[in-house]
Amino acid sequence: MPYIDLEKDVPGIRSLVIYRPDTGKPLYELAQILLREDSPLSQAERELIAAFVSSRNDCTFCTCSHAAAARYLYKDESKTVDFVLNDYENAPISEKLKSLLKIAGFVQADARTVTAQDVEMARKNGATDRDIHDTVLIAATFCMFNRYVDGLATFTPTNLKAYELMGERMGTLGYVLPQKST
Amino acid sequence: MAHIILTENLPGIRGLMAFRPQTAKPLNALAEVLLRSDEGLSKGERELIATYVSSLNDCFFCQNIHGAVAAYYFDEDLVKQVKADHSVADISDKLKALLNIAHRVQMGGKYVQEMQIQEARNAGATDLEIHDTVLIAAAFCMFNRYVDGLGTFAPDDAEMYKMRARKIAEETGYSNSKPN
Repeated sequence: MPYIDLEKDVPGIRSLVIYRPDTGKPLYELAQILLREDSPLSQAERELIAAFVSSRNDCTFCTCSHAAAARYLYKDESKTVDFVLNDYENAPISEKLKSLLKIAGFVQADARTVTAQDVEMARKNGATDRDIHDTVLIAATFCMFNRYVDGLATFTPTNLKAYELMGERMGTLGYVLPQKST
Repeated sequence: MAHIILTENLPGIRGLMAFRPQTAKPLNALAEVLLRSDEGLSKGERELIATYVSSLNDCFFCQNIHGAVAAYYFDEDLVKQVKADHSVADISDKLKALLNIAHRVQMGGKYVQEMQIQEARNAGATDLEIHDTVLIAAAFCMFNRYVDGLGTFAPDDAEMYKMRARKIAEETGYSNSKPN
């Protein structure tokens, strides 16, 4: 049961932005710009970073929904997502993405622990300033979303099919502010 | 030195916002809506929550700028008290209970339990106040990580934070604050 009076049966972040649309609007804009608009990282990679950080924060709703979006965007390579969530260091992804996930992991745990060496390694693997910037901001942003969603104990569906549908919606429509049902 | 090349020599989040204005826009809009309202929690109380969480995350820039804004509305001594031990600070029982919730949010969303929510309600907190406390605490877990994860620079000069805080409180707010 959510800690505050939220619309019934609406899951996770959606119930919160319907409760307070004036904070919901910049939150959805941020997600749209960060995860969908221009970046040297693909949309699939960005959703993967979001799912990875959410999984480290033990946020079931954000992990399942962003993993589903990443699977949808990775298309026939959708298993990549599960390999990464299970053990990213041995997953079939580029060295660049591995070094960015390492940075995202440090941001999640304690941002002060990101070292110049970690950043240097990412650069050697081909990361640019924008790759590094976007990785850190995505990781930081999900440390917010995860806490917001779990800190108010929002409704978390347990049916995996529900997440698959969410992932497809996120992959096609992106982040559109939901409206209160009448 | 920052981990990426920030062309303008601006401290903390300001250098990052100049680097990427596209994401700066919703980040500033969020701070404006969340911190500059007196509905339920006052502006000063909101800044105190932001300062407290930034201090738990040990983010030098954020705790100093938001601490200076909180001191603009209250005073420097109160900000010090809240950072040192909010349970004995000269604030209402409601704000103490909300800061307990903020502390749990800082540790991780799942650390917030029914008990802390009940204590806040017993002290008079509304749904909106609980909501805003959780979102302010969560948002600063983002801002702090953005600022420190990219190794931005933060000035030591307390006067700089004071001046900037007055400007935010009296003139620009967050959504209209230009990076310069």
